[in-house]
Amino acid sequence: MSALRELTKGFYRENPVFRLALGLCPALAVSTSVENALGMGAAATFVLLGSNIVISLLGKVIPAKVRIPCFVVVIASFVTIVELVMGAYLPELSKSLGIFIPLIVVNCIILGRAEAFASKNGLWLSIMDGLGMGLGFTFAIVLIGAIREILGDGKFFGYMVFGPGFQPVLIMILAPGAFITIGLLMGYFNILDAKKKRKAEAAAAAGSNARGGR
Amino acid sequence: MDLGQLLAIIIGAIFVSNFVLARFLGLCPFVGVSKDSDSALGMGMAVIFVMTMASLVTWFIYNYVLVPLEITYLRTIAFILVIAALVQFVEMVIEKTSPTLHKSLGIYLPLITTNCAVLGVAVVNVDSFMTTGLSRNASFIYTIVHGFAAGLGFTLALILMAAIRERLDLIDVPESMRGIPITFIVAGLMAIAFLGFSGLKIG
Repeated sequence: MSALRELTKGFYRENPVFRLALGLCPALAVSTSVENALGMGAAATFVLLGSNIVISLLGKVIPAKVRIPCFVVVIASFVTIVELVMGAYLPELSKSLGIFIPLIVVNCIILGRAEAFASKNGLWLSIMDGLGMGLGFTFAIVLIGAIREILGDGKFFGYMVFGPGFQPVLIMILAPGAFITIGLLMGYFNILDAKKKRKAEAAAAAGSNARGGR
Repeated sequence: MDLGQLLAIIIGAIFVSNFVLARFLGLCPFVGVSKDSDSALGMGMAVIFVMTMASLVTWFIYNYVLVPLEITYLRTIAFILVIAALVQFVEMVIEKTSPTLHKSLGIYLPLITTNCAVLGVAVVNVDSFMTTGLSRNASFIYTIVHGFAAGLGFTLALILMAAIRERLDLIDVPESMRGIPITFIVAGLMAIAFLGFSGLKIG
């Protein structure tokens, strides 16, 4: 039950991008198309899973004082694996992601999970946490990528969505589009949250009123 | 190596491909430390220093360690370790010389290690100056200048943002947009303004 909780929390409740505002740089930089976004999400999920496994196994061996450099070395090793594999088998994707593949090392989500979760929890929970957070990150980046690709290019996953008459909103593909998209999405999630809170409060108030009336 | 090229690198790194607003590097401190302009200035100075030093150190590491040993594929690991050590050093120096600055920067100073702008500048330097067949002297000078100018560009964006956010505090922003969301909208508008620089042609 708690493992399932660790797996699902990354999607909405503790979504790394929208909720914790972590991993923003890759989320904005490579979300120009759904394809790039999926590639980035998969790469980051792999690194997150790998580093969570290794760090949860090494948790007690690493001295607390030098833990950050140790975590960084573990993460950097997995990133190098991704870099080499992607360069060999998916050269196109590797080219379009560019410097953001080596920069997975400094993705705050990964170091954050290593420090806050994997170093303190067992292997099984850490695997679930890594997968959940990675998928949550992928979900967020694909969502941003889909919005930007549909509006900015008129395509979804490379297929035309609108008719030939569609005039693409070029700015969505460029840098400003990314900032505005994520700002509006975060605002939207805040509205959803506020609504939920109000409902819960109303329910609680109704409950106490009913009890008080009796 | 000529001055026109140097000028192009400086203007390019500060305005045309600004690290924050065009390349999306260093967004975490950009959102986190831009609440008031004093800490933005301090953070900016720390980043300029670290980025320049990181460019210098990684140039030596790349050319005198990684290339002779033919292990350039390990550059990510090598660079991040060097940068982590460097940041630790800067933190110690600031803690000794200016405790108030150290206090106001708080947790963000250690976070420079995971500031993608610093590793980013090192990787961009390798891709654009060290593997493109430039002579050693030219690549050295371009690297240092690019690191410094990229730090300046980051600081410029950070300080502009801090000044805007100080004014935003006085404005009635819709409740759901307060904090980070409105910061991103403002950043988007700034990025539109910075897009105008891409028309600049130098040299």
